Amino acid sequence: MKREIWKGSEAIAEAAIRAGCRCFCGYPITPQNEIPEYMSAKMPAAGGVFVQSESEVSAINMVYGAAASGIRAMTSSSSPGVSLKQEGISYMVGAELPAVIVNIMRGGPGLGSIQPAQGDYYQATRGGGNGDYRTVTLAPANLQEAVDLMFDAFDIADQYRNPVMILADGLIGQMMEPLVWKEHKPRNLPPKSWAADGRKGRDHNNFITSLLVEAADCEAHNRCLEKKFQEMEDKECRWEEIMTEDAEVLLVAYGTPARIAQTAAEHLRKQGIKAGVFRPITLWPFPARRLREIAEQRSVKVVLDVEMSLGQMLDDVKLAIGECKPVRFYGRVGGSIPTVSEVEKAAAGAYEEVK
Amino acid sequence: MTTIYQKTKGLQDTTLHYCPGCSHGIVHKLIGEVMEEMGIIDTTIGICPVGCAVFAGNYFACDTIEAAHGRAPAVATAVKRTHPDQPVFTYQGDGDLASIGAAEIIHAAMRGEKFTTFFINNAIYGMTGGQMAPTTLIGQRATTAPGGRTKEQAGEPVQVAEMLSTLKGLVYAERVCVTDIPHLNKAKKAIRKAFEKQMAGEGFTFVEILATCPTNWGMGTAEANKWLMDNLAAYYPLGVIKEV
Repeated sequence: MKREIWKGSEAIAEAAIRAGCRCFCGYPITPQNEIPEYMSAKMPAAGGVFVQSESEVSAINMVYGAAASGIRAMTSSSSPGVSLKQEGISYMVGAELPAVIVNIMRGGPGLGSIQPAQGDYYQATRGGGNGDYRTVTLAPANLQEAVDLMFDAFDIADQYRNPVMILADGLIGQMMEPLVWKEHKPRNLPPKSWAADGRKGRDHNNFITSLLVEAADCEAHNRCLEKKFQEMEDKECRWEEIMTEDAEVLLVAYGTPARIAQTAAEHLRKQGIKAGVFRPITLWPFPARRLREIAEQRSVKVVLDVEMSLGQMLDDVKLAIGECKPVRFYGRVGGSIPTVSEVEKAAAGAYEEVK
Repeated sequence: MTTIYQKTKGLQDTTLHYCPGCSHGIVHKLIGEVMEEMGIIDTTIGICPVGCAVFAGNYFACDTIEAAHGRAPAVATAVKRTHPDQPVFTYQGDGDLASIGAAEIIHAAMRGEKFTTFFINNAIYGMTGGQMAPTTLIGQRATTAPGGRTKEQAGEPVQVAEMLSTLKGLVYAERVCVTDIPHLNKAKKAIRKAFEKQMAGEGFTFVEILATCPTNWGMGTAEANKWLMDNLAAYYPLGVIKEV
């Protein structure tokens, strides 16, 4: 297969089109403008719809409309913009609509910075909108994975009739890397017989709604959603294990920091400290069971969580590991990226502390 | 036996939840009749608002999508663009459209989106219990304007059809009411014309329907009809506001 050099945001947009996305609606925000720009140029030729919306709120509701009428649809944004989309994401979960939301994260809170960050972990994995809900959250660490996950994202969304989020830091969106366009084997998906796309002879109308005014009905609906969330937890968990078999220091990181952690682990091994990396690919569902198993290995002395935040995934890491091993944290925020030497130092320090 | 009257196939065979004297039921019926007469029940996609018409998907016979509060024009934008050959309409009240959804309706009109909006203007929030809307008249009482709306506190009510008519993407705007048979017939004609212009691909089409809300106005049904003609229709003039 031919290796091609792509820019992250453009590769994500191209992957979405190849995955069958036929409606993109978005609003400009740095550092992800190449996604709507690419879509505006390429989507019409693919027979799809591109709309530059008047706001993020409008963009997500356009996606809601396209999804409700049976079209594979997507929006993208960066942190402050994704905050505005939370209403629509909650409604899509409630109305059981599939769509893909890409968040190329930048520094926050508020307007923050335009450099890479991971401060939206809570928002993505806990549900930033109202109500009890979950969205499968996929966190690519390189461009190959980013494009591969786009195909999965649309399939997962359609399979469960639930929005899926791609949560990538600004580095993934902005850097250029080689990638190959692999053959994607689509899932066996049910027909969208629920879509409000015109009755066309159907004996009843399809009514897409998230409103259930009777408490008992709304609870029953929530229980149905809960079953889906449980199924996603059982079937969609993904992670990568790097040099974990004999690891004494277990680094946990996702996205770009996972690559930094991997290089740091390689350096540490040269210095005689056996380090490994556990990289969640799905942030929700979080691969807690496997992380716990690895942390329980006799070799593991300490776990170091590395993030471009003040420690958000850290909650999930601690929930997974419990008291079985000490957990330490190293993070940079606001658009600052941890260096390999910083992570090495933090890991070596944690190792010395517990040795 | 000859059939004198039959409920339109554009509506489902179910009981409406609207209050006595409310205009929603009549407007639903008119839209249903137009869809039936035009033979578009099977292809139309309707977008419902948040407000009293939140259950409209249980009433219209066509496929329907319930939108978040005010977002129906954004939802309709993508539905229409991905289904350009099918009729698409939004059905929105004045709180939904003129307040929380002001940005969405203005930009849909600005872009000349080829769907139709039916705007139910009863100058009050119905479902939440009679709060002031952007369309509430000066002096009109509301639960959040207990002494009546004042210009100083809330500004003056917005004439949505006139405001949207300044936008080039809007090709047709008419204001109607359904207080009596002649007005009802005019309203039905406007609904049909909006659908026809939409399907001819002319641009954004808008029908504003002045509506009664006897419950929240605190009036009987006949009194509400009279109040509408004397007050609402005086501030919001009936007729074609713009036609290109």
